[in-house]
Formats: sequence, C-alpha cells, structure tokens
Amino acid sequence: MKTFNKGGVHPQENKLSNDSAIEVFPLPKQAVVFVSQHLGAPSTMVVQKGDKVKAGQLIAKAEQFICANTHSPYSGTITKIDLATDFTGYKKPAVYIDVEGDEWMEDIDTSNDIVRDIKLDSAQIIDKIKEMGIVGLGGAAFPTHIKYMLPQGKKADYLIINAVECEPYLTSDYRLMKEKAEECLIGIEILKKALNVDKALVGIEANKPDAIEGFTQLSKNYKEIEIVPLKTKYPQGAEKQLIYALTKRQVPSGKLPIEVGCVVNNIGTAQAVYSAVQKNMPLVQNILTLTGKNVKQRKNLLVRVGTPLQSVIDYCGGLPEDTGKIISGGPMMGKAISDLSAPTVKTTSALLLMSKKESSRKEETNCLRCGKCVKVCPMGLEPIKIAQLAENRLWKDAEKAYAMDCIECGSCHFTCPAGRPLLDLMRVSKNHIGDLRRQKAQR
Amino acid sequence: MSIIIYSVLVLVLTGVISAVILYFVAQKFKVVEDPRIDLVVEKLPGANCGGCGYAGCRSLAEAIVKAESLETLRCPVGGDKVSKEIATLLGLEAVEADPQVAVVRCNGGKINTTSKVQYEGVQDCLYAHLNMSSEGGCPNGCLGLGNCVGVCAFDAIKIDPTSGLPVVDEEKCVACGLCVKTCPRHIIELRNKGIKNRRVFVSCVNTEKGALAKKNCNVSCIGCGKCEKVCEFDAIKIENNLAYIDFNKCRLCRKCVQECPTGAIQEINFPPRKEKSTIEQTQTIQN
Repeated sequence: MKTFNKGGVHPQENKLSNDSAIEVFPLPKQAVVFVSQHLGAPSTMVVQKGDKVKAGQLIAKAEQFICANTHSPYSGTITKIDLATDFTGYKKPAVYIDVEGDEWMEDIDTSNDIVRDIKLDSAQIIDKIKEMGIVGLGGAAFPTHIKYMLPQGKKADYLIINAVECEPYLTSDYRLMKEKAEECLIGIEILKKALNVDKALVGIEANKPDAIEGFTQLSKNYKEIEIVPLKTKYPQGAEKQLIYALTKRQVPSGKLPIEVGCVVNNIGTAQAVYSAVQKNMPLVQNILTLTGKNVKQRKNLLVRVGTPLQSVIDYCGGLPEDTGKIISGGPMMGKAISDLSAPTVKTTSALLLMSKKESSRKEETNCLRCGKCVKVCPMGLEPIKIAQLAENRLWKDAEKAYAMDCIECGSCHFTCPAGRPLLDLMRVSKNHIGDLRRQKAQR
Repeated sequence: MSIIIYSVLVLVLTGVISAVILYFVAQKFKVVEDPRIDLVVEKLPGANCGGCGYAGCRSLAEAIVKAESLETLRCPVGGDKVSKEIATLLGLEAVEADPQVAVVRCNGGKINTTSKVQYEGVQDCLYAHLNMSSEGGCPNGCLGLGNCVGVCAFDAIKIDPTSGLPVVDEEKCVACGLCVKTCPRHIIELRNKGIKNRRVFVSCVNTEKGALAKKNCNVSCIGCGKCEKVCEFDAIKIENNLAYIDFNKCRLCRKCVQECPTGAIQEINFPPRKEKSTIEQTQTIQN
C-alpha cells in the first residue's frame, strides 16, 4: 500500500464517532458571524445594522487578491456590528444576527436532489467558487479559487483530493464520504474541469474500508477518478506528504504543489464546490464532529457557521466532568479553545473534549539525544536542533536549518520521550524568521 | 657535522624568504583603521547590548568616528557623561538628553485579574501571544513569561512572583530599550526618569471598550476621559479607549491620579500625600 517516504507516526486512531450519522443541528436564536473567516486580506462588509438578511446573502465582499466572500448563514435581522471574541480570546469584527425563520435566497437550491450535469465552463466555475466564498476546509481556510488561477507557464497534471483524514478522533470527512459520496464525486469532476486536467487522484487511508469501497464502486461511472487506498500514517493529509504518497513527486522547499503539477483540495471542499456550482449554495455550513472519550453522545453535526460553541456542546449532553481541554480540530494540530461563547467558523471541523489526564503535557526533562524526533519528522528536519537554536534565539541559524519547511504536524512533540515542547519552539522560530523576512523585504 | 650545517642553513633561508614574502603581503593588504575608533571604544561601557541600534560598542564607535554630529549616535547606557567625553575627544558638540528608564505599563497580573484559562505551552511571551489573549482575558496585557527578563543585559528587570508582572530596577536600568523591542505586546516603554525620579504614567495598554476592559481587569484604563479633562497642561490624550500621558508635557501635578476611577494612573517615587482629599474622604465617610 502506498504512503509517504519519510517519518510519520501512528497515534491511536480513536475514531469513536464513526457510526453516528450526520444530524442537522437546530438553528440558534442568536448567531455571531465573523466578517473574515479565511487566510489573507480581510473582506469588506456590505451590510448595515438593522438590515434584514436572508440565508445565503452576501455580508462581506472580497476586494483584494487573497480574500474570500462571507455569506449570511441565517435569515433574520442584523442587530449589531461589533467585535466578537474568537475561540483564542482575540476580538475580530463580526455581525450579530437575530435568527428569524429559515428563509433562503431565491436562487439557492436547498433540496437534496443530485444535479449531475455540469453546465459551466472552466472560467465560470472558478468565478462561481470565488463568488460563493469557498475556502479550503482542510483547516487552513485558504481561498480555493486562488489555487485554480495557475501562474503563467505552469500546467497541472493531477488534481489531488485529500480524503485521508489522518487526524485521530475526526470523522466528519468519513461521514461525508459515506453519506454524500456522489456529491463529492461530482464536486471532483467540477474541479477537474476547472483545472483542465485529465486525472484526479483521491487518497483515502486504509482505516476507512467502507469509504474506499463505496467510492471505488461509484467512481466507475466517472472517467479518470482513481481511488487510492493509503497506509494509515500521520501526517498523510499534509499537502506535500500526500502528493508524494500518490505521485512520488517531491515539492521543492519553499515552493507550492503546482511546481510539480499538482493541485490539492480537501474532500470537504470538493463537496462544498458541488453545492456552490450546481446548487448555488454558498459556504455557510459544515460538518462538525463532537467527540472525546468521556462524551456520552458523540455526534457528527451539520452546523451553520456562527453557531455558539457552547450550544453545540449542550446539544450533545454538556461538558463531561473532568474535561481538561476543549480543542477545535484534531488532537495533533487542533488549537485549545479559551472561550466557549465564541462561534463556529467555516473551518471548524471538530470539537474534541479531552479529559485532564489525556490532555496534560508530559513533564519536561532534558533531551535524551535519542533522535526519535529526527526519525519521525516527515519533512526530514532535525526538530531538536531547531528547538535548541530557538531556545538560544538564533533565528538566522534556525532559518539555515530549514525551520520554515516545518509543517507543524507535531509528530516530533508527540513522540519525544523527554516531553520537550519541540513544536512550540518550532513555531516560535518560524514566526521570528517570518518577521525577519518581512523586515528585510521592507528595506 | 655537515648535516647540522645544512639543516640550519635551509631553515634560516626558508625563514628569511618567508619573512620577505610576509612583509610585502602585509604591505599590500594593509588595513588602515582610524586610531580614534579604539579611543572611542575605550570610553564606551562595553556591554555590547545593542541599545544604540548598532551591533555592539565597536560598530557604534565606527559610526561615531565617521559622523559629523552626535545627534542620533548616542549610547543610552553611558548617557550624558559618555556623550560629553566622546564629544571632547573628537571635537564635536555633545548632545544632551534626559535620562530615561523602562516602564512596564500593565498592572493586571495575578492580583488584579482572575485567571480564565491556563497556559501550559512553552514559556515564551511571543508564542503565548500568538496563541491566546492571556490567562486573565485581556488581549493587550502582560503575559508574564519573561521575555524581557531574558534579554536584559543588565539584570535590571525581574518577574515579581506574587503579581506575575515584570518589575524594573531603576538603579540598574540603563534604558537601552532591548526589553521594549522584545515585548510582543509593546507594554514596556522608555519614559523620562523625571525630576527626583518622579513619574506619572498610565499603567495600562488595553484598547478595548471600557466595560469589557473592566470586566477582565480591576485596574484597566476604561478611556473615560476624566484625566484628559482635569489635566491643565494638555499632556493627556485618549485614543482607542486608552489614555496616554506625554512625559514631555506632564508637570507631575498628579491631579489625574486622583481623578482616575480605576486607579490605572500610577505615581512613582512621590512622598506620601498629606492632602485634603483623604481628610475630606474620611469626613464624608463619618458624615
């Protein structure tokens, strides 16, 4: 079975919520929608206080290059435009909506019928993706249309679909593949057309046999969509690792996947693209896994953007008693939440409730020089060396040790028997190097 | 016998030839350095702290020797004394500046805020700053992980274990500005030391709206503007819900300190007040 070549770990899978079907989460009474929910320049607000909005209506417009539109997920009245706290505790501009009923814009098809004919051509598809505010649902929230505007002189050979879901606990992509397989495949077909490529490769890890089987059966109806089972290994879902696993091509340091003729998108993004192009549906909802070892009702929920996190937890039976950390995302790369009044965003794919014991850090001791971090690093870096340089604040040396190539997968930190905060130090050095580069560019 | 003579001869010859080559090479690649650089370096404190903006004392000295005036070239550690010495040495005009000191503009810490989350990542302010607002909930306040302590070359800044906030030792602080540059939240500021070391400053950098700021911290500036009104010297400005006292205009009258409803304005090194206000207060309480 195929996999990537260097490093990697295999944490306990814990896919506890595999069997719970996607449930539609009831609409909240009041919702908070952040104006910018993507990576890049902030979008410009186009609504005012007191406006009546319908679900799917544009509330913030992308006016710069790397930027995405934001739509209202609800119908109702805008009561306030103010700063709201996001889950890390910082304030960001947001729109407060009092939800009234559930009325969608007229041109949006909210039925469950599957539309198979692709009527638009390549440029129209990309415009549609841009208009509907689709961002990468793998976690980074990078505006999707940018990936399809290829730089001059570059040509794509493969469209790569990331259906790996290598993070432990998460099951939202799995449920999506199981329940909306055909929509996903039509989405892939649309993306293929947008990119003008002949072949799409879909990487799925071997721990999801029914998804692989279902997809392989269905893909026979489509030309040139190959389903590739991959060996279960973390971080297979990382862009560069997945490209290597599927095509044996290596993306050079500091370059984008298009350099080796690949464009990578998440399976969730493919489904969102299907809804956007075929049904005119903007990105206003996503599937959220609520899971954890002590959670009584683990669920996969279809949640509208802007739902308060607290209400999602209450819906699933409230916080278990010995919760130590609540994490947005998976246990390896997710971020701990500091404020439960914060709303969900486009990329909130999971809420993981971890017990105190499970979430506490190992006591930190001196480095044992065992070299495990070097062995597991999927990028072939020396995490301990970069961490030492970071501790001594030698940012330029850390840059020479290729700290910027780190994909922040956390394998080194996960495996370190001495409990060294390797990933933290890696991120610190990446940030300092980024600062230095920006200062240099300004000069 | 002849072996000894030959070997001595060969060695002597090689020595002489090498000496001649070395002499010409040395002449060819001679580096002429201004002898004044060494003299200036001797005058400088030699801490190589980088507070002047140059890589170390020697590169400052090189810049000073080349420059025509000492306007921007100043050793913050040596202060006026060193500046004068260098000026007389080079025949330039000394530039005087008021002595400064680093001031920590946050008074939240463990005492005045209640901890809402617990941070257990690497003990580095920058990393904590990237990942969360702060344990107390203030997005601008001190994180207390001591990056400023780490960079101080003069051992002048320490974290107070009870409050969890950095405290500057006025005697040791030379106002090199390293901590100011390091702090990811721009909490530390260089302010004039003031007459008899007396200073008045707003000990808060929170730019949130008043109610929100007050919710997280007992001693935050709420931007109410009372101090701005009471100030007779036009030294206080409110911007982004935050008051700032211009130390060049402030005349240390301390009216703003009394006026501040949250106690965000601090006075340092003043003798205890004997004033009426306390008497008045006690009277009102009695009444």
